[in-house]
Amino acid sequence: MLFKRLVGILPVVFGVLVLTFLLVHLVPGDPVEVMLGESATSADRSVLRAELGLDKPLPLQFADYLTKLIHGDFGVSIHSHAPIAGLLAERIPATARLALLSLVIALAIGLPLGIAAALHYRRWPDRAATLSALTLSAMPHFWLGPLLMLVFALWLGWLPVSGMENDASIVLPALTLASGLAAILTRMTRASLLEVLDEDFVRTARAKGLPERTVILRHAMKAALLPVVTVVGLQLGSLLAGAVITETVFGWEGVGRLLVESIEKRDYPVTQACVLAIALTYVLVNLLTDLLYSRLDPRVRFNA
Amino acid sequence: MARLAPIVILFWLLAAVAAPWLGLQPDAIDLGHILATPTLQAWLGNDDLGRDIFARLIAGAEVSLTVAMLVTAATMTFGTALGLVAGYYGGWVDRVLMHVTDVFLAFPGILLAIAFAAVLGPGLNNLILALCLTSWVGYARLTRAQALSLRGRQHVLAAQVLGATTPRILFRHMLPLLMAPLLVEATFSIASLIVAEASLSFLGLGIQPPHASWGSMLRDGVRYLLVAPHYVLAVGFSLMSLVLAVNVLGDTLRDTLDVKN
Repeated sequence: MLFKRLVGILPVVFGVLVLTFLLVHLVPGDPVEVMLGESATSADRSVLRAELGLDKPLPLQFADYLTKLIHGDFGVSIHSHAPIAGLLAERIPATARLALLSLVIALAIGLPLGIAAALHYRRWPDRAATLSALTLSAMPHFWLGPLLMLVFALWLGWLPVSGMENDASIVLPALTLASGLAAILTRMTRASLLEVLDEDFVRTARAKGLPERTVILRHAMKAALLPVVTVVGLQLGSLLAGAVITETVFGWEGVGRLLVESIEKRDYPVTQACVLAIALTYVLVNLLTDLLYSRLDPRVRFNA
Repeated sequence: MARLAPIVILFWLLAAVAAPWLGLQPDAIDLGHILATPTLQAWLGNDDLGRDIFARLIAGAEVSLTVAMLVTAATMTFGTALGLVAGYYGGWVDRVLMHVTDVFLAFPGILLAIAFAAVLGPGLNNLILALCLTSWVGYARLTRAQALSLRGRQHVLAAQVLGATTPRILFRHMLPLLMAPLLVEATFSIASLIVAEASLSFLGLGIQPPHASWGSMLRDGVRYLLVAPHYVLAVGFSLMSLVLAVNVLGDTLRDTLDVKN
């Protein structure tokens, strides 16, 4: 089962590698010239070209790229000449912390709102929850972030504006990053619970006289959470993409910020490595979600 | 909400279309009014170069809606054609397409568009290209799934038996039945393209100065958040109003046309 899934994602992983490898070759004109600028001497250019292996035929370049990656070698930054693997390792903990806290916040907001909406279907709690979810999903991070900054940091003065010196610095970026997932979770929990509430086993639970609390939290939610797990898994990876913007807004020194900095400096190997790291994490998280789902859902477990 | 949405969309559409005739000067620098708060002359105040924020918002709407609609038209045509062919023929054509889309979907959210825009370089044309390269996938998957279930339908089999050519079957017998889900998909995709364009411009990868774009305006606005909050608020609420309205329209269309998610 695990082995089958692992083999199943290999073509995708290979495709991701090909696509990220080809990125540098999409640079219009000569990538070396774009990276070094016009003032570079032709000697500098040929050194960099040889360093990046761009003087070799394409298939050979790809083979080199793969061989290096397998050995954990992401290449070197053109700007600082530091190994990219080290740069990534420095930034990953910050992004991981941000993403995990966002996940917790999103769950803490989305689940209760979704449950409240489903239990008060078409009454005001439902309307309010649906409207908030709709509004939140129309607020991109580069708008919600500054808005939270304005209200909670500049006007109320409760939290730091940006940076990461203070322990409380993580709160605003995490809230911003959590917004999309919180909205999706609210909608999913609501829809999923509404569907489950009509099922026979919920009626049975009620009929045998269980308190409503137990019926909802123990019986209905257990079944309703299944599709929610999938969404959380899929969206956990998307948090990493969202982190690119959120980290830029708040000056949070994570992988997303590294990606944007590398784009600004035209440091293509770093750009390539960040994109690859995020995509591979996403694929991995999706695989884990799939496996977790099949563990949780007896129907999938017994059919496999 | 459902009734308000078309009004909001119409407002931005009209503003964008009428922009050239409104006599607005979005690029006119006025150093006497740097970051000035709203007045009767400049309804929403002035930006860091004293330019009229309202005029720039309209210019930004023009860019935003043009990009979103152009990309939607291009990717819907391409993706739908690809999905129809793959779903109808099945076999290796279908397998190849599915593998390619799987790879594209392995990049979460806007990441791949950022990557493409980064290597292609900034500017309007590259921005459109980057968004086109990444947004055809949804249409291809949607159409492929629908075509797969349509190809066994009686009327398609009847057309085959009567000797209709493949293009005729695809475009006259299958495509019309796909219009409802495609329309819903296109509506949501316009909303996400508006956000995507703004995101790329926010990162400095889209429209270049002095031209206005909602994304780059937000980027500038954040810099002056403390001294001129009206700048960010004006752009943010505009962007949100349009995205929210388009999403609500999408929801309404989905419910009216009875399209499943």
